[in-house]
Amino acid sequence: MAKVLMKGNEAMALAAIKGGCDAFFGYPITPQNEIPEYLSYHMEKNDRVFVQAESEVAAINMVYGAGGAGARVLTSSSSPGIALKQEGISYLAGSEVPCVIINVMRGGPGLGGIQPAQSDYNQITRGGGNGDYRVLSFAPENLQEAVNIIKESFSLADYYRNPVMIAVDGLLGQMMEPIDLDEAPDFGPAKEKPWAADGSSGKRGSRNKIVSLHLDPYKLEEHNLNLKKKYDEMVDKEQRYETVEIDDAEIVFVAYGSMARIARSAVDTLRKEGVKVGMIRPISLWPFPQNAFEKLPKSVHTLLTLEMSLGQMHQDVRIVNNGRYKLDFYGRTGGVVPEPEEIVERVHKLLNKEDQS
Amino acid sequence: MIDERVIVAGFGGQGVMLMGQILSYAATQEDLNTAWIPSYGPETRGGTANCSVVISKARINSPVVSEPDTLIVLNQPSLDKFEKKLKKGGKLLVNKALVDTEKIRDDVELYAVDCNKIALDIGNLKVANMVMLGAYIAMTDMFEKEAIFAVFDQIFTGAKSKLIDMNKQALEAGIKAIEA
Repeated sequence: MAKVLMKGNEAMALAAIKGGCDAFFGYPITPQNEIPEYLSYHMEKNDRVFVQAESEVAAINMVYGAGGAGARVLTSSSSPGIALKQEGISYLAGSEVPCVIINVMRGGPGLGGIQPAQSDYNQITRGGGNGDYRVLSFAPENLQEAVNIIKESFSLADYYRNPVMIAVDGLLGQMMEPIDLDEAPDFGPAKEKPWAADGSSGKRGSRNKIVSLHLDPYKLEEHNLNLKKKYDEMVDKEQRYETVEIDDAEIVFVAYGSMARIARSAVDTLRKEGVKVGMIRPISLWPFPQNAFEKLPKSVHTLLTLEMSLGQMHQDVRIVNNGRYKLDFYGRTGGVVPEPEEIVERVHKLLNKEDQS
Repeated sequence: MIDERVIVAGFGGQGVMLMGQILSYAATQEDLNTAWIPSYGPETRGGTANCSVVISKARINSPVVSEPDTLIVLNQPSLDKFEKKLKKGGKLLVNKALVDTEKIRDDVELYAVDCNKIALDIGNLKVANMVMLGAYIAMTDMFEKEAIFAVFDQIFTGAKSKLIDMNKQALEAGIKAIEA
């Protein structure tokens, strides 16, 4: 199929429809407003459900209800809005209800600003909800990748019976790029959900309940251990990443999303100067792609984490690195999108330090 | 090798976002890689607005335009904001009606077009942006006018299709302003 030019938010919304999304519940917030705007028209046109809720808290609980009834459900928001949804996300994970959440990140903390940021890595990978739970999360770097992952995310959510989050920043949400909506395969309709509270107990002969309350600590522990098995499977099967020019690299960038694209430009510039740099680009944020760090060539001596935050993913890099390589970090925050030249300069500084030591 | 990075800037309401989008639509039609980024935020009619466009045969890494090859400005505040970012030897297209051309850098290729007057002669000030788009494709040879016409057909549909003729006229007048 020929490529079409679309705005990021609209492309992601259309990808959700293509991925089999039955219902959307959301509440407006910049810079993701084109998602609900697009769906308010196109969901109805496709015979699906669209509701603008009265708040983020209401929206995520509608997701809980519709997902619990077996529907493929989507909500979208941006950083402070995702903060409000955290309680619901914990309930969804706890009662094993699948859903997809698109998070178009902006600067924080608090209301922060509306320009692009990646300062919610901790919120995404650690969660603001209570309990031993995890959210499968992906951070595409361009619209084609975003569209492909969103289409797939509904079947992933169903398979794991767990929330899946797609995290981009305001830049990807607002920009336009050509995309091929059929590049990713059709992941097929939802399989039967025998666990769903879909009102068919008469036919089935037993009642399904969606609960996250387990008052017996031994039962709750057993439940948590069962959840853990799923999370272990995700760690096993869902680590996704790309490596860029690492074969002979001495300095390896670690960057995701928009920052990875900016870092690619810096890789090109530095390679032309003869500086051996490469990049690990995490695509899954949780599980963090630790496998990527096990296969680095002997030439590597430094990992340079690059983020549009003050160093949140850098903590995971530190854990995975486990003392092996020298570490450095460069980031901009508050909605400032760095230029590739800033990264190049950071590498020059690193090299100068080495010369002196 | 096509690799063009453009910033288009002006007052909110002058149609600078659409100008950039049309370039990205034309690039998409010709199977080139492209990225369009709007300034977004508290911009309003009368405030400043800008967008950046990257068009390339190669994969587009950083989509952010920090040093444009070409700068199109439709008003003075936009020139003040972006003039220093323009690459040395880059192309600068200004709206002569609203921009003071006296003090512009002398290390750039300057094109000044009175798009306001040309648009008013055609019959509507609102097509001043398409005059500038015509001037842009003439001075850069990025696209044939037919490619832009095809985009008009794609985006001005339904009730908006009646706008196609006037926009075509404006585009052609802009091309003429450069070629004359």
